[in-house]
Amino acid sequence: MRTRGGVGESIPRPDGPDKVSGRFSFGSDLTAPGMLFGKTLRSPHAHALIRSIDVEKAAGMPGVKAVLTAADLPGERLYSLHQPPDQPVLAASGEEVRYAGEPVAIVAAEHPEQARAAVQAIAVDYEVLEPLLDPVEAIRRGSVLRELTIRSGEPDTPADVVVDGYYEVGQQDQAPLGPEAGLAIPTPHGGIDLWVATQALHVDLEQVEACLGMRAGAVRLHLGGVGGAFGAREDLSIQVHACLLALRTGRPVKMWYGREESFTGHVHRHPAWMWYSTGAGRDGRLVFVKATILLDGGAYASSSGAVVANAACFGAGPYRVPNALVWSGAARTNTVPNGAMRGFGAVQSCFAYEGQMDLLAARLGLDPIEIRLKNAIRPGDRLITGQAVTGAAPMAKLIDLCRELPEPPTPAHPLALPGGAGNVASAAEVVRGTGFAVGFKNIAYSEGSDDYATARVRLQRGADGEAFAQVKTAAAEVGQGLVTVCLQVARTELGVEAVEIERADTTVGNAGSSSASRQTWMTGGAVREAARLVAAEVLKRAGPPAQALAAGHVLDEEGAPLAPIALFLDEPIEREFEHHHRPTSGLDPAGQGDAHVSFMFVAHRATVDVDPEAGLARVAQVATAQDVGRAINPLQVHGQIEGGIAQGVGLATMEEIKLKDGLIRNASFTDYIIPTSLDMPEVAAVLVEEPEPDAPYGAKGVGEPPLISSPAAIAAALRAATGRRLNRVPVSPDELAGLTECRPGWLVRPGRSPAEAVQPAPQG
Amino acid sequence: MTQLRLTVNGAERESEAWPGESLLYFLRERLGLFGSKNACEQGECGSCSVFLDGELVCSCLVLAAAAEGAEIVTVEGLEDDPVAAAVREAMVAAGGVQCGFCTPGFVVAMTGLLRSNRHPSDLETREALSGNLCRCTGYVRIFEAVRQAGEALG
Ligand code: FES
Ligand code: FES
Repeated sequence: MRTRGGVGESIPRPDGPDKVSGRFSFGSDLTAPGMLFGKTLRSPHAHALIRSIDVEKAAGMPGVKAVLTAADLPGERLYSLHQPPDQPVLAASGEEVRYAGEPVAIVAAEHPEQARAAVQAIAVDYEVLEPLLDPVEAIRRGSVLRELTIRSGEPDTPADVVVDGYYEVGQQDQAPLGPEAGLAIPTPHGGIDLWVATQALHVDLEQVEACLGMRAGAVRLHLGGVGGAFGAREDLSIQVHACLLALRTGRPVKMWYGREESFTGHVHRHPAWMWYSTGAGRDGRLVFVKATILLDGGAYASSSGAVVANAACFGAGPYRVPNALVWSGAARTNTVPNGAMRGFGAVQSCFAYEGQMDLLAARLGLDPIEIRLKNAIRPGDRLITGQAVTGAAPMAKLIDLCRELPEPPTPAHPLALPGGAGNVASAAEVVRGTGFAVGFKNIAYSEGSDDYATARVRLQRGADGEAFAQVKTAAAEVGQGLVTVCLQVARTELGVEAVEIERADTTVGNAGSSSASRQTWMTGGAVREAARLVAAEVLKRAGPPAQALAAGHVLDEEGAPLAPIALFLDEPIEREFEHHHRPTSGLDPAGQGDAHVSFMFVAHRATVDVDPEAGLARVAQVATAQDVGRAINPLQVHGQIEGGIAQGVGLATMEEIKLKDGLIRNASFTDYIIPTSLDMPEVAAVLVEEPEPDAPYGAKGVGEPPLISSPAAIAAALRAATGRRLNRVPVSPDELAGLTECRPGWLVRPGRSPAEAVQPAPQG
Repeated sequence: MTQLRLTVNGAERESEAWPGESLLYFLRERLGLFGSKNACEQGECGSCSVFLDGELVCSCLVLAAAAEGAEIVTVEGLEDDPVAAAVREAMVAAGGVQCGFCTPGFVVAMTGLLRSNRHPSDLETREALSGNLCRCTGYVRIFEAVRQAGEALG
């Protein structure tokens, strides 16, 4: 007997029917009787001193029920993912605002337009200060969020060939389609219930409790439907503000950001400036990697610390690198804070180290794929942090499988040419190029953090007399399909197909964040263990010869059914489990340590069609082989791969937040372009399933790898088509056409801190 | 405040409205029809797609007051529509749904496409859906859902 819809099957997502009918409720769809609408006043200056804030006029406007400033804060005034917290809930009079978009005051009113009008009527007297915007200058002045050096072997070992390169990665927005949104409802006894679209209920809860100055238990968080996340919902947005307004007015308050506000209302992917020097023997084997990876952290710490570590730890690529010197750091500047985005530091350094591998291959007359195969990391090899890769590491296999995937046909229809609907390119001018790149990254939290997730599983007899299960966690379903994974795990372990995944809230233990590709491993693992405890109790109640559960029955050791499971459920069974992953350690002063629990590897091959005269490009195909450990749901894994590649196409060819004087100039989907159905390439994907020894069912994470090396592969393909350097993503039409080139604004010796940077001699 | 009377999903619906309120806001906050989404409120994403006298429009770009007298059909109004039913089924089965925020808008747009063309080519599908953004799926499985729904409709 077999339970249907368990681990390994491509079952459809359980929330699908509600989502296609429009019934599924997202954070911005929530409503409550007597509800008010909240809006935020934000600083228009990148750096200024607030001399005074006058809310009197705003407070007297029609429909306005509350106008709050820092003077009204009941608890901690600072919050952050980082310890100690550094980001003001609201910037106070007499203090500085440190980025354009920093919240200064909040308003609740009967209608959003009334709230908006009141926000505009708040008079803030700013003394405008000089903003610190250049991250090199910031590092030189000691304005640093974190810096880290990794040193292994003898970085100064001479090599037969040495290539130097400079690379930049633009600032990418996660652009989840669902805006930041939530609804706060005061409880009769002075507490508060907050429904919010977030990635991490308990991480939010801790910060909200502290900022509201409320005792544990008075605040409950519930997951409002989440319209995508990709890192944008790691940090607080509306959470504390909506609660403050609701507590002040005694009425439910809903807040959501419009698209423009969303761009300043969440952190972004760190833009990066990278100086690399890579040495190899004549045979193509790597001798050393030296790198300086400079990230702009923006005004507040957020998760810059972990992004700095990732950029560094994975900064030499998934290769055997005997000698390395990597400096990685985040500058504190007066730009909108940067933090988590899918790939989290590994994306930036991948673009640089893969550019270097192509330079090396060209210098040595080697095939770009051969040089990668020659250096590909294998199980047991050590990373530049000294950590041995103990689990699956099928890097060479991924490269081989990826290169063998069929290439796309040449475009037959003008719509499929670069320029698409605008139809600017003519077929005769179009050149095809192919590029290859590989990448890797950690799964889950690193550097010694106690990473865990909790699940509660309940098995009972339903009204129809059949067994059914309920799974409760606080883990955020953000679109990635965690609810499907939990459902499949519960079915597999309990042998029961009727499983309800309850909506997440904080009435159950912490599940951590839906980030770092960790929830299948962490929450999936917690559900598995809790379900196994429940299953053991069923078997105990059934007694010998009961051996296993499947398809609603208790089975003997031959697999023959003994009795329906429901027979043993006179009393429901409920078990809870807290699943921790293997402990990791911090990095020592030389950047050495077993800091990561596991790694995922990926290879990408991109095929592009370019009109080099017009500077137009279209990505025709991205082929990929990805190390997934085990696919719990292959359909969903492919969905993650395709969606991640779409964001990789965006980063490589079009997506960048444009800052001028620290202000975002393109905060809309008109000016910040994300790939449409016309831009999306064909995707050819193969999954490599080598079970990871420590992981539940052997499953690694899958969300981030599609975005780690796809931008690097696309850039390589564009270089192959044009012969240009293209050392910056997104590649602009001007760079593609050879009208401009990205040159370093500072000279830095790879591996050294930008504190020692010098300005290049002016171009003659 | 003014009083507006709109024909939504075949029924006369009346509510007060703020001058300048968009049709999207009116549908969502006045009528409680939250199926139409508000990803950009700038006419760039299609998450607010509805039919206005049979034409696919972004409801965030239409003034609620200007929609008086028109037949408005939202995703909620497509419940019994056979084309939309095939689209919904195919979207779930093909894996065209992740976070789902874009999904109701896609269901409306895909229904519009398949009403006029049961078997669109890949490029026709891409072009017809190019006004609807999806950040999660990379569109691949949405294209597949169009194909499956077209097939199911014969
Ligand atoms: S919300 Fe109307 S087009 Fe985006
Ligand atoms: S499924 Fe999330 S935006 Fe399309």
